[in-house]
Amino acid sequence: MLSSAATSITVILIVFFLFIEGAGVFTKKPIDDGFLLAVSVDNQVKKIKPSEIKDIYDQKITNWKQLGGKDLPIVLFRAGDITDYYTEEELGKNFEFFPDKINELIAKTPGIIAFFSDKYKAKDFKGRELDIDKIKVSEFLSGEEWFPTAQPIAQMGVKPLIYGTLWVSLGAILLALPIGLAAAIYLSEIAKKRTRSLLKPLIELLAAIPSVVYGFFGLVIIVPLIQSTFDLPVGETGLAGSVVLAIMALPTIITISEDAMRNTPRAMKEASLALGASKWQTIYKIVIPYSASGITAGAILGIGRAIGETMAVLMVTGNAAVIPHTLLEPVRTIPATIAAELGEAPNGGLHYEALFALGCILFIITFGINMLVELVTNRNSHKKH
Amino acid sequence: MHKIESKNVNFNYGEFQALHDISMSMKENTVTALIGPSGCGKSTYLRLLNRMNDLIDNTHMTGSILIDGVDIYERQTNVDDLRKNVGMVFQKPNPFPKTIYENVAYGLRVNGITDKNEIEERVVTSIEQVALWDEVKDKLKKSAFELSGGQQQRLCIARALAIQPSVLLMDEPTSALDPISTAKVEELIYELKNKYTIVIVTHNMQQAGRVSDNTAFFYMGKLIEYDKTKTIFTKPTIKQTEDYITGRFG
Repeated sequence: MLSSAATSITVILIVFFLFIEGAGVFTKKPIDDGFLLAVSVDNQVKKIKPSEIKDIYDQKITNWKQLGGKDLPIVLFRAGDITDYYTEEELGKNFEFFPDKINELIAKTPGIIAFFSDKYKAKDFKGRELDIDKIKVSEFLSGEEWFPTAQPIAQMGVKPLIYGTLWVSLGAILLALPIGLAAAIYLSEIAKKRTRSLLKPLIELLAAIPSVVYGFFGLVIIVPLIQSTFDLPVGETGLAGSVVLAIMALPTIITISEDAMRNTPRAMKEASLALGASKWQTIYKIVIPYSASGITAGAILGIGRAIGETMAVLMVTGNAAVIPHTLLEPVRTIPATIAAELGEAPNGGLHYEALFALGCILFIITFGINMLVELVTNRNSHKKH
Repeated sequence: MHKIESKNVNFNYGEFQALHDISMSMKENTVTALIGPSGCGKSTYLRLLNRMNDLIDNTHMTGSILIDGVDIYERQTNVDDLRKNVGMVFQKPNPFPKTIYENVAYGLRVNGITDKNEIEERVVTSIEQVALWDEVKDKLKKSAFELSGGQQQRLCIARALAIQPSVLLMDEPTSALDPISTAKVEELIYELKNKYTIVIVTHNMQQAGRVSDNTAFFYMGKLIEYDKTKTIFTKPTIKQTEDYITGRFG
């Protein structure tokens, strides 16, 4: 009683902490603290989306016309570019004239967009500071670019990561389910007692191998294999992740499905065989339908394991945060992102909180999956009695 | 010619010898009852007739069993075909978790019958044969588990009959049923005798007396006495049989 209460409280505290930290990202602007973006006062463009700002600085947008302003080429300016316009003498020995010069530059360059620290903002500032919106939940979820440390505006789009996670997991389950099912059928219906007693512990042992070892195995064997088979520039792809995850999900799927199959009442199998059904007909028509819910539970738990898996995936998927179109492209999953980036994200900063928000998304996905398992197994225990 | 003929059958579960040198034969369209105390080998013998014991690991059989003159333990015997010809009804009703209709249709489908009309016709005929039609005709699409135990058992018999076997094995088919259901099943056995060769294992001596033409008494894995039912129950030649029949042991 006490221990279960303690466990529940701990779990709730962890989830609470996760969501508190994760929610922080939506109270912040995607621009570094103490920096500002400014344009000329004459500029008619009022609002610029974070993704557009990135495009401007990537020089994909080069004219204000593209944003609904005047036909005027965009002049990019970062604080470091000041020496292109003024000599060191003009800026003063300790850059004391720096704010004035920026002010002057913005005033005389109508097409400018300037990014600099607000300590260089002059008292009689003649430019117009751009209003940056806080990160919205919808933008966070639908954004297609993940550059959490990009300057001047961090790009917090988690879509590629969610897609990456789902693609890799889906691929894994598509690979693991037929193999796992076949193995479960073999173990429960075909193998001799001795063979089973030998194989079962071996398969269960697979679950005990640390995931980093699987990752290493994937990196050394599967990645080169995929690279040469499909003639790819790199072998670190979603497929490599799927294969490694499939191997990791197999013990779960096999064990749970096999248990369910062995629970098929002997009377059912005998009844089927006594009617002249062959062994395989009995397996397809009696054993599999009877254990369908167990097989589903095994598959879903397998997916659950695949979605949450970090290390092995991090090692073999190439970690490119782009929306994948095929499994033969590098992908980046949510857990891999958190593991790879949390060490570099300053505590309490925007990036840090964005990673916690990613954790929340992962939690919601796996929570949903577990609810599904509950639902499936409950529905079945109803059916049988 | 005998329908079923066994010669010197020995059967082992691992080290344990369950049957010793059983030789007996059964005529076509007769009912043979196998009686004897628990563990005497009567069910084991019954399950040899459709090779159900093949499913149990670590068993061994010697001797031969002929059905219609063909040794069913020959290497070239197709076990699935054998079981189509030799139907079986089990001790506890074991309908599939399917509808009443599908329970009976199952045997037809697995035997490659795909014509819908034929399946329907044979399902209806089989259910009528076991006198269940009036009770289930309105709920063919309902789960078989909604039926009572006695109805389930008759459904299982219908299921076995649907594939038109010539031999029907029954392993204590009424031991899980109430007296009324039992009476119905016995009546059914009596009617089926015209078309099928029936071998029934039973613990119930009165039942053996009521339904069977011949009775075989098994004890400790041996066939002690095998004769006309009337003879076995009125003047058995062996003392052990008499003791068992009169309830002195068993």
